Amino acid sequence: MSNLYLCAPQMEDIVTRIQDEKAGGVAIRTVKSFLSKIPSVVSGADIVQWLMKNLSIEDPAEAIHLGSLIAAHGYIFPISDHVLTLKDDGTLYRFQSPYFWPSNCWEPENTDYAIYLCKRTMQNKARLELADYEAENLARLQRAFARKWEFIFMQAEAQVKIDRKKDKAERKILDSQERAFWDVHRPVPGCVNTTEMDIRKCRREKNPHRVKKSVYGVPDDGQSQPSPVHISSQPSRKPTKEDVQKEITFLNIQLDRHCMKVSKVADSLMTYTEQFMEYDPFVSGVEPSNPWISDDTTFWDMEASRDPSQQRVKKWGFSLEEALKDPAGRDQFLKFLESEFSSENLRFWLAVQDLKRRPLQEVSTRAQEIWQEFLAEGAPSSINLDSHSYELTSQNLKDPGRYSFEDAQEHIFKLMKSDSYARFLRSNIYQDLLLARKKQPADTEQGRRTSLEKFTRSVGKSLTGKRLTGLMQSS
Amino acid sequence: MGEMEQLRKEAESLKDQITAARKAVQDSTLQEAAAGITVVGRIQMKTRKTLRGHLAKIYAMHWSTDSKLCVSASQDGKLIVWDSVTTNKVNAIPLKSSWVMTCAYAPSGNLVACGGLDNMCSIYNLKGKDGNVKVMRELAAHTGYLSCCRFISDTEIITSSGDCTCILWDIETGTQKTVFAGHQGDCMSLAVAPDFKFFISGACDFTAKLWDIREGTCRQTFGGHESDVNAIGFFPNGNAVITGSDDATCKLFDLRADQELITYQDSSIMCGVTSLAPSLSGRLILAGYDDFNVNIWDMLKAERVGVLAGHDNRVSCIGVSADGMACCTGSWDSFLKIWN
Repeated sequence: MSNLYLCAPQMEDIVTRIQDEKAGGVAIRTVKSFLSKIPSVVSGADIVQWLMKNLSIEDPAEAIHLGSLIAAHGYIFPISDHVLTLKDDGTLYRFQSPYFWPSNCWEPENTDYAIYLCKRTMQNKARLELADYEAENLARLQRAFARKWEFIFMQAEAQVKIDRKKDKAERKILDSQERAFWDVHRPVPGCVNTTEMDIRKCRREKNPHRVKKSVYGVPDDGQSQPSPVHISSQPSRKPTKEDVQKEITFLNIQLDRHCMKVSKVADSLMTYTEQFMEYDPFVSGVEPSNPWISDDTTFWDMEASRDPSQQRVKKWGFSLEEALKDPAGRDQFLKFLESEFSSENLRFWLAVQDLKRRPLQEVSTRAQEIWQEFLAEGAPSSINLDSHSYELTSQNLKDPGRYSFEDAQEHIFKLMKSDSYARFLRSNIYQDLLLARKKQPADTEQGRRTSLEKFTRSVGKSLTGKRLTGLMQSS
Repeated sequence: MGEMEQLRKEAESLKDQITAARKAVQDSTLQEAAAGITVVGRIQMKTRKTLRGHLAKIYAMHWSTDSKLCVSASQDGKLIVWDSVTTNKVNAIPLKSSWVMTCAYAPSGNLVACGGLDNMCSIYNLKGKDGNVKVMRELAAHTGYLSCCRFISDTEIITSSGDCTCILWDIETGTQKTVFAGHQGDCMSLAVAPDFKFFISGACDFTAKLWDIREGTCRQTFGGHESDVNAIGFFPNGNAVITGSDDATCKLFDLRADQELITYQDSSIMCGVTSLAPSLSGRLILAGYDDFNVNIWDMLKAERVGVLAGHDNRVSCIGVSADGMACCTGSWDSFLKIWN
C-alpha cells in the first residue's frame, strides 16, 4: 500500500460526499446508449463542477488534477477506458465499490490476476474482451503458473458461475468495478502505478494485522513471496533510567535557552525577506537578463567577476556575513583594513576558514603556523583575544585539529562586526564602489552628501524599475 | 515512589515548563505580524530544460555551488552529473547498488556522494588524475538505509539513516567522528546551516531536531507534525527551519523563539510532502508532493502562489540553485526539470 494510507481518509470522505445525492452530491443516473442502458454513471464535467463548488477550488485545472488523483487511486473510473484520469467533459465515470477501496489494504497476488484474466476469456461478451496488454499478461502468467494452471482455470470457472447468478444490470456495474480495481493494481503499461511505495517506507508495518487476502477467496497456499525489501525493523525497547536521565539533561538545556519573542523573530524574518527580495530571481527581475530564459550568460559573468555591480556591493552592507560571502567583498574589506594597518583580524579569520578545508596531514603544521603568526607571544600579526578564549585555544593547540580555533574565530568575528565592519561601510573604499564614483582627491563633506542624494535617487529609480519587471513577470 | 517514577515526573514537569516558556513569548503570531504585507504576486514558472537520461525513478538531486552543475540519483543504478544549462551529462557513474536514495555535491565541486539500501555512503572523486570517476571512500557504520547525506567540506560529510541516527564522518580516514542519536524513528533527511555549525534532521518520529555539529548534541526538538517529516531545509539566514511531512503540510519553526510560527496547508492538498527548498530570499517555499505537483508558498502569508505541474509521477526531490536562479525537480517519472 502506498503512502495513501494518510490521505485515503480525506479522499474517501470526498468520494462519499460526492455520491450522496441527498446532501448535494452529483446526480448518478442511467444513460441510454444505442440498444442498451448504462447504469449508475456520472459525467466528468459534473465531478469537476462538484469539486470546484464543494472544495472551494477556483481553477478548473486544479479540480481536474485532484479528480485525476482520486481516479488514479481507483475511487472513480471511466467506464470505457483503462486509463484512470478525469476529463472535464461528457466522459462517463462510475464510483468504485468500497470493497475495492485502497484502505482495505489490497496487495493482490498474481494468482488472483490470472484468475481474473482467465474468467474474462470465458465469457462471450464484447465488453469483456482482453486488451492487447492484458492478453500479453495472460500469456505470461500461463507460462509462469504452468503447473497450477488447472487450479486457476477451475477457480475462474467457479467465479463465472457465481457471477452468472447475479442480476444483469448489477453485473455490468460489478464487472466494471472489478476491472477498475485491476487497473489500479496492474496498470496499463505507461500509466503510473499508484500502489508503488517509497522503499524507505516499505518495511514499516502500518497495519501489522494485515493478512494477505485473495480477491476471489483463494486460500493462501504459502507460496506468496515476501516483499523483496525485507529489513528487520528496529526493536522498540522500554526506556531505561539512563534514557530518562539523558532526556532530563536535554530538557534542562532546552529550558535554559532564552526564547525570543515571536513578534521580534517575525520582524526579523520579514526584514530579511524584504532586503533580499530584490536579489531573488523568482520574485524580481534580473539584470541584464535571466540566462535560463535568454541564453545570455552576462549575468553569470558579472557575478563571477571581481569587479562588482552596485547591487552586489549594496548586499555587503546587509551584514558582515554577506560581505565575507562575496570574494570581492573580502578583497575590499581587506584592502580597507590594510589601509588602516588593522588587517590582522580579518587575515586570522580567513586563515582559520582555510584551515578547516585542509587535508588532514597539513592541519597540524598549518595550525601551528596560525598560532605563531597571530597568537603567540611576539606574534607579527597579533590579534586581541580575551584571556578565556586565549587559554582555550592554547589548550586546543596541544592536539591541533581543524576546529582548534573555532572559539577564537567566533570572538574575532564579533569584534570585526562591532568595530571595523561599521567603519568599512562608511569608508571611501566602500562608498566609492557603492555609489560607483571615481575617487576624488579632495573629498569634502558636501561632495559626499551630494553624491548620497544622487545615489538615493538613482537607487530609488532602479528599484522601481525592478519591482515593475518583477510584477510583470509574475502576473 | 520509585526512582523511575520520580525521574519520569521530573521529565514531564520540565516539558511543561518548556511549553510554558514557549507560550510566554507568544506576544504575536507570524500571521498577525505579516498582516500588513501583501501576498507575493502569482508565480508562474516554466520548464526551461528537461534532463533526460535516467531509466527509472529518480530519488534525489543536489545542485553544485556553481549553480549550473547538478547531480541526480536513480533506481536505475546511476549517478549522473549534469550540466543543466546544456543538458549534457558530464558524468554517468554506475553504482554498485541500484537501491540509491540520496546524493550530494560537495561545495568544492570535487566530490559527490550517494547511498541507499546498502547502508553505506559512497564518496566519488570527480576530479581524479586520470579522468575516471572512482569510489574514493565507502563510509559504513549505519545499520539502516542511508536516507540523506550532505558535505560540510571535502573532508567531512553528515549522513542520516533509517537506523534513527545521523553521523558526522571524516572522509579522509573513512571513520565516524560523531554519532547523533536521539530520534525515535527513521531519519529521513537533513540540512546543514549556512554557517556550517549546525544541522537539522527530520524523522519518522514526526519531529525535527537541531544538532550542534562540534558538540555532538541535540539543541532543540520541534514537534507538531502528525506524520513522518520527509523533507527539511534552513531558511537562508539560518534562523528558521522549514519541514515537509506525510501529513500534507509544511511548517516553519523559528530557532530563537523555539517554536512553530506557521503551517502551510490547504484542504485540497491531500498528499504528503516529499521535498522542499526555499527561494534565495526565503520569501517563497517550493515543495514537492506525492500528487506529482510542486506547490509554491508565500512564506510569510502561508498562501499558495504558484504550482509547477509537469511531472507524470511523484516529485521526489527539489533544489534551488545557490544563485537562486533556477529550481530543479526530480521525479519518479525519471526526468529532471529546470524551472524559473
